[in-house]
Amino acid sequence: MSIFSKILGLSPNRKSAKVARERLQIVVSHQRIDEGDNDFLPRLRHELLTVICKYVKVDKDQVNVQLQRTGSCSVLELNITVPTAQESSLTANNINVY
Amino acid sequence: MVKSESKIIVVTSGKGGVGKTTTSAAIGAELARRGHKTVVVDFDIGLRNLDLIMGCERRVIFDFVNVIQNDANINQALIKDKRQENLFVLPASQTRDKDALNQEGVERVLTELKKDFAFIVCDSPAGIERGALMALYFADEAVVVTNPEVSSVRDSDRIIGVLNSRTKKAEQNQEVKKHLLITRYSQNRVQRGEMLSVNDVQEILAIPLLGVIPESTAVLNASNHGIPVTLGTPSDAKIAYQNAVAMLLGEEPLDASQKGWKSKLLGGLRLFNRSPA
Repeated sequence: MSIFSKILGLSPNRKSAKVARERLQIVVSHQRIDEGDNDFLPRLRHELLTVICKYVKVDKDQVNVQLQRTGSCSVLELNITVPTAQESSLTANNINVY
Repeated sequence: MVKSESKIIVVTSGKGGVGKTTTSAAIGAELARRGHKTVVVDFDIGLRNLDLIMGCERRVIFDFVNVIQNDANINQALIKDKRQENLFVLPASQTRDKDALNQEGVERVLTELKKDFAFIVCDSPAGIERGALMALYFADEAVVVTNPEVSSVRDSDRIIGVLNSRTKKAEQNQEVKKHLLITRYSQNRVQRGEMLSVNDVQEILAIPLLGVIPESTAVLNASNHGIPVTLGTPSDAKIAYQNAVAMLLGEEPLDASQKGWKSKLLGGLRLFNRSPA
C-alpha cells in the first residue's frame, strides 16, 4: 500500500465509520433540500415567465430554471433566451441562493 | 377532566428493527415504576408485537381498532400490567385493513386516555405511512430511535422532517420536542473506527441526545421473557434506559454540562464492555 493511496483515502484500512459519516452528511443534506423546497421550482418558473413576458416577448420553452447544489451553497440558474430581433438585450442571469 | 400535565410521547424511527417497541416498553415501564400513570399504545396495526414484548399477549381481548370502531370501550381494551400498577397497554389489532386507523378515531381515543394517564407512549410502526403518521400526529414529544448505522440515521433524518411538518403541533406553528435515543451502541466498535460515534450521529441529526443504549444481551433476554428491559434483571441497557427516562422527565443536572453527563455514561459503557454481561 503506497503512501499516496493512503493519503487519498483509498486504503482498504480506512476506518469505515469515517466513510459512513461522510456518505451520510452528503445524503442527508440533499434529503433536506428535497424535502419540499423543490416544489417551488415549477411555480417560480411560471411566475418568472409572467413577469418577463410583460417586458419582452419570449417563448415559453426558452425559460430554463435549474437548482444546482455545490458544496455548502446552492446556485439557482435562470437561462432565458431572448429572440435577437428584440431591442432588449436580456441574456442569462445567475442568482445565488445561500 | 384532562390532566394538564398529560403528555403524548411518540417512539419513532422510520427504519424497522432498530428497537422502537423495546424502547416503548422500557420507557413506559420506567415511567410507571417512577409513579406516573402510563399507557403504551401499539400503533402497528396488523403486526402487533408490543403485547409480546410486555408479556401480556395472552390477555388481549379487545384492541385499539375495536375501540375506534366503537366495538369496545377503552377500559375493556386496556390491559393492566401485572408487575406495575401504573402501567397499561393498549394493543394493536391484527386486522389487515390498512385504513382501520383514522385521525378522528385516534384523536378520540387519545383524548379519552388523557383523562386518566400522565403519559401516553405511542409505539410507532416502521415506515412513513398511515400508521406511523397517525402515531406521531398528536405527539407533544418524540423519541427518535436510531442505530449507529447509515440506513437508520438517514431514515431518522427523514422522520425528523416529518415531525417538523406533519404533526398537529407543526400545523399550529409549534414544535414537537425531539429526543435522540441511540440504541445498539458498541463503544468497542466505535473505538476501532467501525461504528458511527454518538457525536457523529448527533452532529448529523442535530437534535438533543436523550441517551445511548449499549448493545446488550439483556435486551433479547428481556424480550424472550416478555419483560420490559427496565423491569428486568440488572444490566447496562437497563441503567441506560433508566437514565434516558430521568432525562425525559427533566431530571438531568441543569447545567452541569452535558459533556460531564455524557462522558460519565460512556465511561460506564466502557466499564460494562470489559466484562461480558
